[in-house]
Amino acid sequence: MTSYIIRRVGQFVLVFFAATFLIFAMVFAIPGDPIRALAGDKPMPETLRQTLTQQFHLDEPFLAQYWHYMTGVLQGDLGTSFNNREVLDIIKERFPRTLQLAIMAFIIEVVVGVSAGIWAGIRKDKFLDSLVKVSTVAVISIPIFVLGFLAQLIIGVRLGWLPVTAGNPPTVYGYLLPAIVLASVSLAYVARLTRSSLVENLRSDYVRTAKAKGLSQRRVIGVHTFRNSLIPVVTFLAIDLGALMGGAIVTESIFNIPGLGQAVYQATLAQEGAVVVGIVTVLVIIYAVANLVVDVMYAVLDPRIRYD
Amino acid sequence: MTDLSIPTEVVTPEPLIVSPPGQPGKPTSLWSDAWRELRRKPSFVISAVLIILMVIMAIFPTLFTSIDPRDCSLLNALQPPSSEHWFGTDLQGCDYYARTIHGARASVVIGLVVTFFATLIAVTLGSIAGYKGGGIDSVLSRFTDVMFAIPLILAAIVFLNALGSKGIWTVCAVLIVFGWPTMLRLMRSSVLSVRELDYVDAARALGASDWRIITRHVLPNGITPVIVYATITIGVVIAVEATLSFLNVGLQLPAISWGLMISTARTRILASPHLLFFPGLFLSVTVFAFILMGDALRDALDPKLR
Repeated sequence: MTSYIIRRVGQFVLVFFAATFLIFAMVFAIPGDPIRALAGDKPMPETLRQTLTQQFHLDEPFLAQYWHYMTGVLQGDLGTSFNNREVLDIIKERFPRTLQLAIMAFIIEVVVGVSAGIWAGIRKDKFLDSLVKVSTVAVISIPIFVLGFLAQLIIGVRLGWLPVTAGNPPTVYGYLLPAIVLASVSLAYVARLTRSSLVENLRSDYVRTAKAKGLSQRRVIGVHTFRNSLIPVVTFLAIDLGALMGGAIVTESIFNIPGLGQAVYQATLAQEGAVVVGIVTVLVIIYAVANLVVDVMYAVLDPRIRYD
Repeated sequence: MTDLSIPTEVVTPEPLIVSPPGQPGKPTSLWSDAWRELRRKPSFVISAVLIILMVIMAIFPTLFTSIDPRDCSLLNALQPPSSEHWFGTDLQGCDYYARTIHGARASVVIGLVVTFFATLIAVTLGSIAGYKGGGIDSVLSRFTDVMFAIPLILAAIVFLNALGSKGIWTVCAVLIVFGWPTMLRLMRSSVLSVRELDYVDAARALGASDWRIITRHVLPNGITPVIVYATITIGVVIAVEATLSFLNVGLQLPAISWGLMISTARTRILASPHLLFFPGLFLSVTVFAFILMGDALRDALDPKLR
């Protein structure tokens, strides 16, 4: 067990360095002259050019550049944007908004997804089951930006049930519609996974034993099957955090929420490589940490799998 | 090899070899069993018809419309759907029906090309990792972990943002680079379970080479979960491409793509909802068809679910 955790942490460190290296290589190793790009179409004095080249270590070899970048990242320096703001400050300012949105989406996703999955699973091959199956495929099929605009247009504007934007300062009520949109795709996956996992577990020997003992249906499903069925769902939720981040970029840009996703979107439009890389690096680190935590939890919770 | 389709742990009173009608006594394979089941499945038939329709639309858009999607007149800007312009017109006064039809090509090409190459990489490396084990397996698995650690949309945004020009092949290349890790894991675990089976031992005892064992025994029996997943991946890739084009890091104007059409129209959607509705509908239906097809394939190919 301890050796598994040590190995898993080692793997995390490897993933951390290799992933940041990949991101760094992707952006900074691509041919082009960033200083020239900074100057735009104006001429740039040779002295300024040299100063900037030295300041950003552009005259050094690639690995040395990566070294400077990584020592910066580990000290909390993620670079600066074009208008001289620390990327870390942008992240600090915007992270709470994204976190609020993500937490709301996550709650909706788990509560509605798991309930729908159980509902369908215990009525396998009945009408409700088919309804959940078809509607989840339909929801998965609509790309999140189409769904976002549709929700804004129909629920927000035509019916007027929920606010179209999160408002300033954002309220929980204002976050409701974007959170539902952000949750919807993963919600469908959670429902399907819960359903198939429940159906599989309902056929297992221990469920037959529990029924043979005369336990009520409620107890067999609620206590025996439910807990075991949730194990794959928990693993999925950790992996799904990545999709939630991608979804947040789209949702925040549609519903005008000043979070990290919107910052990535605006930086992409403005071609601000440093900001994009800084934020994505932070998101990748969060993702890796979440997966590490879930894997370790999994090892503790599920004694059936031996880690050696 | 044929009766592998019957799971060993299920004890059934029926004979193990099922004879299809009209072919008495002939053993059936997993795929012919699946095919007989699929033909009668409404979800498979619906998805197959939709996919064929979209592919024809991608290859021969002129079969569906004779209007040139780039022949636009500003006099006709932002018209709602009418008998003359079925889907209305966009801001430049282009016929939206023609643009929607011509938009199929980008989606279908990217979906198929990306999935084909990502699957090829995953199947090749996955079967090597699973079959050989040891050092190669460790290296490939750790590399997969690293690729897996960067969520697809984020990776594509960073990569495409750094690249200057973004044509259809650039988008394909980036999505291939980040598209294979999940399938490699699937393939590897599938090969791991097939590798230990008796008929592989038997083939090895008979002196078959690694190449022959992998191509004749391991691949045909281990590839089913990957094929199911790849079918769904086509739909997912199409959705990702549209999302990237919507975020302005995918295809660029003057390319015609559903994601790009919605992106261009985003500020006018409230006043002219048809600009969102039609490309959104075509996009969702295409993604839906591939996901439904994957579902139907999984139900037919996984004997445990029967």
